[in-house]
Amino acid sequence: MLPVLFVAFAALLVVTSLMVVLHKNPVTSALFLVLAFCSLAGIYLLLRAEFLGMVQIVVYAGAIMVLFLFVIMYLNLQHDVETGLQIAVRRGIGWFVGALMLLTGAALLKRGWALGPANEVMPGAEQGNVAAIGRVLYSRYLFPFEITSILLLVAMVGVIMIARGRTGHPSVRMGPAAERGAAGGSA
Amino acid sequence: MAALMSNPAVQVAFWAFVKVMIILNGMLGVVSYLIYAERKICGHIQARTGPNRVGPFGLLQPIADVLKLLFKEEFIPANANKVIFHIAPILAVFPAVVTFSVIPLGPPPMFVATDINVGLLLFLAMSSLGVYAITLGGWASNNKYALLGGLRSSAQMISYELAMGLSTIPVLLRSGTLSLVGIVENQAGWYAIPGTPLALPNWGIFHWYLVVPFVIFLITAFAETNRAPFDLPEAEGELVAGFHTEYSSMKWALFFLGEYMNMIVISSIAVTLFFGGWHGPGLMFGTNGWLSEGPPWMGLVWYLVKLSALMFFFIWVRWTFPRLRYDQLMGFGWKVLLPAAIMNVLIAALWIFARGGM
Repeated sequence: MLPVLFVAFAALLVVTSLMVVLHKNPVTSALFLVLAFCSLAGIYLLLRAEFLGMVQIVVYAGAIMVLFLFVIMYLNLQHDVETGLQIAVRRGIGWFVGALMLLTGAALLKRGWALGPANEVMPGAEQGNVAAIGRVLYSRYLFPFEITSILLLVAMVGVIMIARGRTGHPSVRMGPAAERGAAGGSA
Repeated sequence: MAALMSNPAVQVAFWAFVKVMIILNGMLGVVSYLIYAERKICGHIQARTGPNRVGPFGLLQPIADVLKLLFKEEFIPANANKVIFHIAPILAVFPAVVTFSVIPLGPPPMFVATDINVGLLLFLAMSSLGVYAITLGGWASNNKYALLGGLRSSAQMISYELAMGLSTIPVLLRSGTLSLVGIVENQAGWYAIPGTPLALPNWGIFHWYLVVPFVIFLITAFAETNRAPFDLPEAEGELVAGFHTEYSSMKWALFFLGEYMNMIVISSIAVTLFFGGWHGPGLMFGTNGWLSEGPPWMGLVWYLVKLSALMFFFIWVRWTFPRLRYDQLMGFGWKVLLPAAIMNVLIAALWIFARGGM
């Protein structure tokens, strides 16, 4: 049962990720990215990382991609029809990085690394991994955790400052503009 | 066949399928009569009688409505993005149905479809996916009013999601688990009021530090289901019909279905988190002198009673309060609800820590 589900989710992930890159319409690309995040969440669930899977959907599919979609819709991007030297260089870099990633993956598989977890017993399996993650996050990795939150706070303050500069009002009323700015900061 | 059925994996899949069918069809039936109830209650609030022509007391009205919607001609705008225009109504229904799979309708194992240890997170994840239906529906219609309605609604739902997520944290602090069955089991029994011979059910709502989170949850629930007084996405005075302006026939009905299913799901979550789920006084007296838990089917009855009361509240509020202005809505969400929810997490955490809980 599990291998079948894994192959299904993995295939969905590969196909949707390819569609993100290959599709011409930016809104459709963004929607395929949402689907890719959801299939990745499915793979997390199969690995018994339920918390990670759900947070993947809440944060990436539910929050960040909604804002991406907002931006794409507001900008009203049309089909990608760029030509010239710039796009050639960009594509060249893309192919190079892609080939590098593929080689790395092949090397990893050859060394027998990416074949699943070393031990079958999951840490904190009996009480669910939410408690286990929380314990580690607030003890061993407390400092990086707090630093990350400060980083997000700085980004948020910066975005609010930029939004204030644009509108020219000392106090920005809560509206779509301020809303977009604040939400963009947390992304 | 017998050999196949004795395979435990097949049995799990079979019973899961049976439960899914029961829940799905039950939901559809409940939604159609919920709409009937809404029209009746709305009628009596406005001193009318409501639907009363089709069948006795108008009881067949929902069936007539659905038939009419099924046979209505479907209209797709010329410049609409056809694929996304078709997908959006499906997205409106699917999160609600998925969430319902983890809600305990009664004591396990009979009345619980699945009990995963991140049930509450699944609810939050699915409610965050609900934004897509409205955003995409509004955008794909290629209509100004629909787009504005969709954008408003996305902004509203994203803003109120934060306060909703934070308002559930005190409940988690109390129960120490994310599993909805675990949260309900944590609210079993009675707790005596100090200094009096009286006792209250051990439900979340009867604990002082969960009262304000419940109020916040309820307010955000109205916003998340896009119902009055937060029904700005479809404010008809300003936006025609909002995000579903261009939808007709069964596609429009799916948006409608999604709204009502979301109402049921969010009320069920409120019952689960704050009203003790299936717990309630049973028919017998227990050993401690208080009414004890009843047989399993009493659990289902209690759940349905609590759910109906909340649904009535939803309808009552819709026909009582006027709509908020957009900037008031945003200001209220970000400047009042969010800080209040964060303060509540802090207060609940300190209280539980001081009492040596967890």
